[in-house]
Amino acid sequence: MSKELIRLADCCMAFDGEVVLNNINLYINDSEFLTLLGPSGCGKTTTLRIIGGFQKPTSGDVLFDGVRINDVPPHKRQVNTVFQRYALFPHLDVYDNIAFGLRLKKLPESETASRVRDMLALVGMKGFEERKIDSLSGGQMQRIAIARALVNRPKVLLLDEPLGALDLRLRKDMQNELKRIQQQMGITFIYVTHDQEEALTMSDTIVVMDHGRIQQIGKPEDIYNEPKNAFVADFIGESNILDGVMRADRLVEFLGRRFPCVDFGFDKDEPVDVVIRPEDIDIVAADSGHLCGSVTSVTFKGVHYDIIVDFHGFKWLIQTTDYHPVGANIGIRLEPEDIHIMKKSEYSGMFGDYSSYSAEYDEIGDAEADAAGEESENEE
Amino acid sequence: MKKTSSVFTVVIFAFLYVPMIVLAVASFNTGTDISVFKSFTLNNYRELLRDNVLLPLLLNSVIVAVISSLFATVLGTAAALGIHSMGGRMRRMTMALTNIPLTNPEIVTGISLALVFVFVGQVMKIKSVMGFVTLLIAHITFNLPYVILSVLPKLRQMDDHLSEAAMDLGCTPSQAFFKVVLPEIMPGVISGALMAFTMSLDDFVISYFVYGPGFVTLPVEIYNYTKKPLQPKIYALFTFMFIIILLAMIIMNILQARDSRRGSRSLRRRSTNA
Ligand SMILES: Nc1ncnc2c1ncn2[C@@H]1O[C@H](COP(=O)(O)OP(=O)(O)OP(=O)(O)O)[C@@H](O)[C@H]1O
Ligand SMILES: [Mg+2]
Repeated sequence: MSKELIRLADCCMAFDGEVVLNNINLYINDSEFLTLLGPSGCGKTTTLRIIGGFQKPTSGDVLFDGVRINDVPPHKRQVNTVFQRYALFPHLDVYDNIAFGLRLKKLPESETASRVRDMLALVGMKGFEERKIDSLSGGQMQRIAIARALVNRPKVLLLDEPLGALDLRLRKDMQNELKRIQQQMGITFIYVTHDQEEALTMSDTIVVMDHGRIQQIGKPEDIYNEPKNAFVADFIGESNILDGVMRADRLVEFLGRRFPCVDFGFDKDEPVDVVIRPEDIDIVAADSGHLCGSVTSVTFKGVHYDIIVDFHGFKWLIQTTDYHPVGANIGIRLEPEDIHIMKKSEYSGMFGDYSSYSAEYDEIGDAEADAAGEESENEE
Repeated sequence: MKKTSSVFTVVIFAFLYVPMIVLAVASFNTGTDISVFKSFTLNNYRELLRDNVLLPLLLNSVIVAVISSLFATVLGTAAALGIHSMGGRMRRMTMALTNIPLTNPEIVTGISLALVFVFVGQVMKIKSVMGFVTLLIAHITFNLPYVILSVLPKLRQMDDHLSEAAMDLGCTPSQAFFKVVLPEIMPGVISGALMAFTMSLDDFVISYFVYGPGFVTLPVEIYNYTKKPLQPKIYALFTFMFIIILLAMIIMNILQARDSRRGSRSLRRRSTNA
């Protein structure tokens, strides 16, 4: 097992009395790829800035290799950052941007030159040495920002939504490339994103945050398969979340029916949240299912169909590769491992209900996110 | 419609530039009568170069302009950095305080500065306070807002994370300023300095109230000259000063043009990314 490198202990952060980070406890191992995942404004950047040394926590400790570094200024930390908007130096060309950190360390110019060249090769930007920053595309600036940070061979690289401004295709390529660089150089990455898919594909460990609190820490599979509460279940992938009651260990009741499940350790008759992933549900003939309902909407998604099924007033999202027309009566079967039980939390009842689902639902959500993105850009 | 507006433009430019052209032409005229051009000569310039009253005064003006604009540039840039880092309400208040001296009538500024100097002189028991130092302080004072106002927009355009990025890569805070922030706001600093220099070089009103007999600047002295018939070498002097200021303005414009081209390019890039 690799050793612990960074630890945040009871870190709180408040701006003008407004609490932005609430009791963050987190450790990061050497050579780990850790992702901070959460919606806009949940405190991801603030957490990263505390690790980078740009912000001091209002209370709590930041430890590096076991040493408290709360009061160590950024330039003395063995940490480099790829900023949310790159922050490349416009008055310097590509070469001088990358060489910036090495020159401060007074490295011989010949070694600087060879390291800069290696970095340009690593990020696939050979031959761009003399280009002006102005003349680069978003993806190219992105690579230069990564090269500028990595050339210093930091122990830890902090990346704040580095792929946020790129189109989908380029984004996938860069995800693979970043993962490759991280494994090749054996550097600890602390990566911020609000894209759950990105987090799932790249990370060793995911930290899910909301409202300045850590909701769950775990491996991507664990976070996906065993979300701790309704927020995590909804934020990571799609989920149907229902009210249920634990009748006994491995036996849960919901929609007026008892189902065997794999979860235990709850009180008898404890109210719980039941999570059922849309892709886990098996569709069968109407008369041979555990539950029976009628299809109210169908959306083609490429690989599968999203269908909404009404079970006596409760609407579920089901993903299936077979086409079922609107109005069709279908039955479903739920195996014990398809059902995941969570303790009730402050998020119970807020997520996982598809009663108001419509095909435009996603688009409205995206439009809102875009508007928010533009606002923050204007502020800069 | 189009025709009238272009005629209008010509008239306006005529009003603006004809006086300068008349003066420049007169400075190359052999005759003393400004209304007839006799023949071309450089005599007036030769005489100006031999003049041992006007030239030292011009030197005085240049000295005050250089020193005061340097001070104002350093202080004004520091002030702009401070204002930029302030929160909303404090910033608005400071900006108002910066703008008031610009719109304040010069004569009021001049008299109030003179009063302050006299008061301080009395308190410190200095016989004649007015001199080089008071003149310099006055010039620095009225130059400051010009520098602040030309540096602030540059700071606002700059990515706030640049100096953090520099520190992240190993700069101390002061290294980050000199290596990254200063180069970035340099066009603003230079145009502020040039503006301060030209304002100081030709200032008459404020200087008139705070100069002392030991140190006179050219505009103040020229005011005394205008009471007598003007000598042709004065035309030469004016033309010369006009050219200096014109050069400063041209440099400033070139800097700004180059800068706004860069700005619009990065804006365009941003919008295509979004
Ligand atoms: N310097 C500051 N002063 C006051 N409030 C701040 C400051 N920095 C951040 N905040 C607030 O702290 C909260 C968390 O901000 P943070 O930038 O960490 O969010 P984030 O998770 O990075 O969001 P995003 O995904 O939009 O980048 C926000 O509500 C923000 O308004
Ligand atoms: Mg952020």
